[in-house]
This record gives sequence, structure tokens and C-alpha cells, in this order.
Amino acid sequence: MKSIHAWLIAPILALAVPGCARNSAEPIVAADEETLSGKLTLTGSSTVAPLVTEIAKRFEQRHPGVRIDVQTGGSGKGIADTRTGVAEIGMASRSLKPDEADLTAHPIAADGVGVIVHQANPIKQLSESQLITIYTDQIRNWSELGGEDQEITVVHKAEGRATLEIFLNHLGIENPVVKADVIVGDNEHGVKTVAGSEGSIGYVSIGTAEANIEAGVPIRLLPLGGVEASTARVASGEFPMSRPLNLVTTGSPPRLAIEFIRFCQSPDVEDLVKANYFVPAARGPDVAE
Amino acid sequence: MSRSDLSLRIISRTLAILSAAIVLLILGFLVRESAPALQELGLARFFTDPGWHPLSGQFSLVPMIVATLATSLGSVAIAAPLGIASAVFAHFYAPRTLAIWHRRLIELLAGIPSVVFGLWGLVVLAPLVARLGGSGQNLFTATAVLGLMILPTVALLSDAAIASLPRAWIQGAAALGMQRWSIVGKVVIPGARRGIGAGVLLALTRALGETMAVLMLAGNVVQVPNSLLSPGRTLNANIALELGYASTFHRSVLFVSGLMLMLVVSVIVVGISYRRGASDEWR
Repeated sequence: MKSIHAWLIAPILALAVPGCARNSAEPIVAADEETLSGKLTLTGSSTVAPLVTEIAKRFEQRHPGVRIDVQTGGSGKGIADTRTGVAEIGMASRSLKPDEADLTAHPIAADGVGVIVHQANPIKQLSESQLITIYTDQIRNWSELGGEDQEITVVHKAEGRATLEIFLNHLGIENPVVKADVIVGDNEHGVKTVAGSEGSIGYVSIGTAEANIEAGVPIRLLPLGGVEASTARVASGEFPMSRPLNLVTTGSPPRLAIEFIRFCQSPDVEDLVKANYFVPAARGPDVAE
Repeated sequence: MSRSDLSLRIISRTLAILSAAIVLLILGFLVRESAPALQELGLARFFTDPGWHPLSGQFSLVPMIVATLATSLGSVAIAAPLGIASAVFAHFYAPRTLAIWHRRLIELLAGIPSVVFGLWGLVVLAPLVARLGGSGQNLFTATAVLGLMILPTVALLSDAAIASLPRAWIQGAAALGMQRWSIVGKVVIPGARRGIGAGVLLALTRALGETMAVLMLAGNVVQVPNSLLSPGRTLNANIALELGYASTFHRSVLFVSGLMLMLVVSVIVVGISYRRGASDEWR
């Protein structure tokens, strides 16, 4: 395993180094890198964990003295562990609640869920109550919503998926009341299903949908609550069906934790954020800046 | 007993024990992982609950068992006649060169990965089936693609079984003045019955175990299917769909569905070999 790792890492480093050299701030950061070492533990949301794991690998490559341990267990566990000090950083796929004001949230990305239909579907937009009636099977034909006389094929996700949770939470319905015609696994499966059947409606991560639309797949993102569904609107915080992906710390995190959070928010990891179909967070004032 | 005989005996026994032990190890692992769920819920609830909503405390596996059996038996019903016909064609009806190319194509079909079958079904076949209504992702689409996937298993094993028949049988039948069709129907197929049966059984177990293509095509709604055009979720698709996101108890329940699949497969395999044993005694 170790040797495979080295083979994989070597070309990545070779590519990364010349790129960094152009950055004028690099020498200062490089001086910092020498001194960074130690161990960092992160626990929490299983939505955030895959992204943070990838970022942590890159961080460890740049700082050989640092070991980062990423564990999942849900946003709640991340917050509890941060409070008790079990973890230096918690991961939460939601905003902090009022009773969690003792902690600080550092947004690293945002996750938006958009409703998609086939390109040939003339429907311009759907309200939230219309979405609920469609997903609970009270409306079965597009003609009832002003569309063509065509059966509605409801495309839903498998239980436990993060997009499903955002979608159901936003509409305020429970999973057992949903009457689906197709249940899909990942976002790509959802996109292909909607593209293959003109009467279908589904919901996927907005990043995935945009990439597919650019590639010419015949689907359309519907606006929600009058807001266009786009990664730009998710990044600006206007799009309603989205949530921030946060790293959570106490008021005084250790220096290594600050460095790692800064790295997570830096443009150096934007490719990883996008590869995980998330939206890079809008940059703002932060304790780690 | 010579030395080489002894060492061969030791090697073959060790390898045989190893391959049997792997099955037992996997079974043991499944039992261990599903133990928390079985202890808390008992076996009965997996059959009597109203539906499958593992996060809301409903754990019925019945619709998935039905869908698993429907797709795999259906695909065998498609693949067995086609596969046997292909073997008979290659031996008795095709000109020599055509038979060689026909076999090569069937072997090529066996080499296509299941994801490719799934993707082809998803972007080509499902939109065609969707013209009949719905999304086109249903048991019919899944069964049809599954049938294509297991066709080479039936075809190649039947082909080998027919090839191993003594030539004297066929020549003798021809000398008796039998027509080609009755030679095939009365001599070849009954003679190659065991080999063809083994091919069909192997195809059936492959169909039961196939996950990716079925997941992409079957629609995955957990319900007892009422027609071929209704969606369904198989036991394996259930694991593949939910395991990545399942936490402790949900995960354990998913292993119960793996255990259930293993049970279904063993009931079928044991049932068929029992029947085969009985019919051999009859002969």
C-alpha cells in the first residue's frame, strides 16, 4: 500500500511544484511549512468527510510531519466531539444552531440540490407545494400543472443519501410518504434517468446537473422559489435548497487546526471541492483568515 | 502409493478445503455483521413489516426477494432457449466458418463488463421501453439485459457439452435414417442434458449475483411487483444503493439482506442438485 502511494503522489507533486512557484506569497508559506507537525483529528458529517479526507491527503503531502485522522458519525457527533476536545475540528453539513453559539463555523463549501426535468418538458417552474403533491403522488399528470398530457415519473434517491435529506428537509416531508416510480443511486444515475424519459422529474446536486447540461444532456434545472438553480446562486447563498458544509472549532483552535482550515478554504483545493460536486464557499471574514 | 500421488493428494485436499472455507468465512462474516439487527428485530420482522424504510423502522425484505427471483428466473427463461439454440446451431446447422465466428462473438459477449451492459441498458434500452410509459427502468428492462449477460454462459457450456458427445451416437442416429432435427431433439439434447443443466444453473447463480446492471435498470422502488413493467429492487441492489451511506444499525440491516440473498441462492442450488441426484438414481 505504502509503495503504491508513493508512485501516485510523485507525479502529482511534480505537477504541483511549478504551479506554486508562480505564487509570490509562496516563500512565506514555505517557511511556515517547515514548522508544521503533529496530529489532527476530525469527526462528524459523512457528507463532508469524503471531501475533507481528500483535502487532508493533499495537506499531508505538503506537510510531511502532519497526520490527519478523519472519522465520520454525523454532524451531531462532530459538534459534540469538538466541545469535549476529542476532535480538534468537527464537520457539520448544516449551519450552527443558536445553542451552539459557543463554537465557530468555518464554511469550506456549499451543497445545492436542484430539481431537474427533461429538456422537452415545457414546465417553467414549480412551487414547493407542487413538488410535495408530485412526490406524494397526489398529482400524476403534467397536464394538472399546466404541462402536456403526460404521466409524471417521480425519480427519487435511495435512503440515506445526502441530497435526499436536503430535499425532504426543505419540503418538510418524511421519506415513507414519498411514492417514487424510480429510485436511483448517485447523481449521474439520476441525470441519465431523467434524460431518458420525457415525463420524469428528479433532484440532483446542482454541480452535477450543470456539468451534464454543459455536456449537452437533455435536462433542465428548474428555478425554486423564483431563484435560478445554479452553482453561482448556491455560492451566493440565495438558492433556498442548499446547505453549508462547515468545519467547526471552539473559539481558540490550535495553530495546526487554523492552518488546516485555511488550507481547506484556499483556492488550492477548489478542484477537490468541485470534483466532489460541491460549490466552493464564498470567501468572507473568518477566524482563520 | 507413489510419492507424487501422495503429494498430489495433499495439495488437492488443501486446496479443496481452502475453497470451501472461503464460503464459510464469508457466511460467518455476514452472520456476524447482521447479528445486531437480527438480535434486536428477530427474523420475523424482515417478512412481516409493511415496507422498507430502514431509517423509519420498517424492514420488510419480501418485495426484494420477489424481485430478485423474478429478474433472475426471467433472465434464465430468456437465456436458456437462446443459448441452447446457439450451441445446436453452431454444431449442426452453421457452415464451418460461420460456426467459428459465431462462437467467437459469443465469447466476446461473455467478456463485456456488467457496467457496460448497465450503461447501454440505461441510455439505449430504457428510453425505448419508456415509450410504453413510465421511466423505462423496470423489471422487464433489467431482466432483458440480464438475459443477454448470462446468455454466453448457457451457450458456451451447452456447446462444450454437445461437443463431448460420442460421435458414434450421432453417426449411428444418422445411419438409422433420422432427420437432423430429430437427431438434435432425441439424441443430442437428452445426451448433453447434464452439461446443459450445469450451464443453466451457473447462469442462474450469475443472474442472482449480478448487482450493477440491475441497479442501473430495475427502478429500485421497494414494492412487490405487479407486472413486468413495474419497478423493483433486488437484494443486491439494496446493499449497493444504501451501504455507502448507512450508519451502524442500518448497515447491519443491509447485511441481513446479504444473508437473505445467500439463503435464496443456497436453497435454489441445493434444491436443484437434490433433484438431479434423485433423477440419476432413477436412471
